[in-house]
Amino acid sequence: MTLTVRNLSFAHAHQPTLEGIDAKFEAGKFTVILGPNGAGKSTLLACLAGLLKPQTGTVSLHDADITEMPPTTRARQIGLLPQGAETHWAIPSEALVALGRIPHMRGAGPSANDRRAISAAMSATATEGFADRPVTQLSGGERTRVLLARVLAGEPEWILADEPLANLDPGFQLDILSLLQRQAEAGKGVVAVLHDLQYAVRFADHLVLLHEGRLFAQGSVDNVITPANLAHVYGIDANLFNDEEGTVQLFIKGKVRP
Amino acid sequence: MKPRALTSLLLLLTVAAFLLSLMAGKVWIWPISWAADNADGWIFAELRLPRAVLGLCIGAVLGLSGAVLQGYLRNPLADPTVLGVSASAALGGVGAIYLGLNLLPFGVFACAMLGAGFSILLLLAISRDGGPIGFILGGMVLSTLAGALTAFVISIAPNPFAASEIINWLMGALTDRLMADVWTALPFMVLGVALLLSTGRALDALTLGENGAKSLGINLLRLQWIIVLGVGLAVGASVAVSGVVGFVGLIVPHLIRAVYGEQPSRILLPSALGGAILTLTADSLVRLIPGPGEMRLGIAMAVLGAPFFLLLLLRYRKGAV
Repeated sequence: MTLTVRNLSFAHAHQPTLEGIDAKFEAGKFTVILGPNGAGKSTLLACLAGLLKPQTGTVSLHDADITEMPPTTRARQIGLLPQGAETHWAIPSEALVALGRIPHMRGAGPSANDRRAISAAMSATATEGFADRPVTQLSGGERTRVLLARVLAGEPEWILADEPLANLDPGFQLDILSLLQRQAEAGKGVVAVLHDLQYAVRFADHLVLLHEGRLFAQGSVDNVITPANLAHVYGIDANLFNDEEGTVQLFIKGKVRP
Repeated sequence: MKPRALTSLLLLLTVAAFLLSLMAGKVWIWPISWAADNADGWIFAELRLPRAVLGLCIGAVLGLSGAVLQGYLRNPLADPTVLGVSASAALGGVGAIYLGLNLLPFGVFACAMLGAGFSILLLLAISRDGGPIGFILGGMVLSTLAGALTAFVISIAPNPFAASEIINWLMGALTDRLMADVWTALPFMVLGVALLLSTGRALDALTLGENGAKSLGINLLRLQWIIVLGVGLAVGASVAVSGVVGFVGLIVPHLIRAVYGEQPSRILLPSALGGAILTLTADSLVRLIPGPGEMRLGIAMAVLGAPFFLLLLLRYRKGAV
């Protein structure tokens, strides 16, 4: 199962533009979208989630164009963790997670199936402990987990996350990454926008590197994270190496000399 | 207390406030003389009943509109006046009085609804992308413009009596309304309330921000249209029939949130009930205060409500922080 982007272009006054993107995202893989600020990472993710309608090109899920799908149908299949961890009212964590069931809800209250999905999502993210606490009282790490549980509660086949690690300490960042990785291992398609190249190298199965609104490179870590690519896109002098345990690591020496 | 029990309690209080409003006044009219064929029966049927029904409806409309707008804008300072509908409806009403159309049956009501309708069309025209900011700025500009034009009409009033009549109408009151007024306003209010009550799930989704809501399949543009139509019809009709009654829409959702929690969908119906209770009670108190004239409901609401609200705010802050 794939989420396929064909010849996608997007231009808007308030948003970085995209031009002629062709990319393929596969279920069961953790795909990371990389690129410097303003490269169009969030724009691409918003197009994948169906929030933005590209001017040209298509985003298709099982050969169906997602911009043509009814929003509720799309929402059942594609879950999005938006940037910024927004939560506006002091509602209990469990009520926030329950919002993930909105695309499935028909009648007035949650069905038995809704309840099952909510508690499964909370146990997958280890958030049951603060089910009754208002989300506004949680720490950044706890809140991001609750918001991720909200996405999982909708039981989407695709999980898109826009900078899910922002403002988190390393320990919490690793929690979120391994949660996303586990979802990919369970067969979901996971696509995340990340800023941290080190984490991308460690966790990604597939990388998509954007540069100035265009697709610069895509493929495995070895193919994408090359000194030449990093120098061109980020202007940094960096290379991959195997550490003493045999894990691939990225070492950033500094800016490329002009 | 469980939400269901709380709501039952609110319903009970609404009934009690409604009954109080039917009975209370310079003359107390007990249920036994409601159907009587004398002055008491007449006061009940011609004065008290329309007044109580209007109080119930207007309070519910304002409380609900406040709750919906606060949820939609995710801002607890929003109230039913932010869209500019009240000011536009008021301008329509004032214009009607100025032109002497108040002598025609439903002249003021029709003109005020025309004002409200104009503001609804304008708001729908500027709501393109479903984002709330441009839309609210439009509402505020509209509100300011209508306010200025209203002041202009008062300033050019032909004589002091006309000016005072306009000002009196503007201040908001439920006095001297007929059952015919109630029947004219009711369909608009019922339709508006039904539209507003349907927004709960979308407002909940907006807790996650606009992108979060959209990713859950919520059509924000559609939500915006429902809110504009709902608030426009319901608040427009209530201004048209009773002038501008402030404070209810701002204060009631806060009181309700303190007991029901902050989830936007949970406070919609309770805010409608709370608005009705507050308006009916305030309007009964206004009648019981001894003195020659009667304090205007709009003024009384602010005078009684403001200190209470401040007190609540202080206690709330202490507990929360």
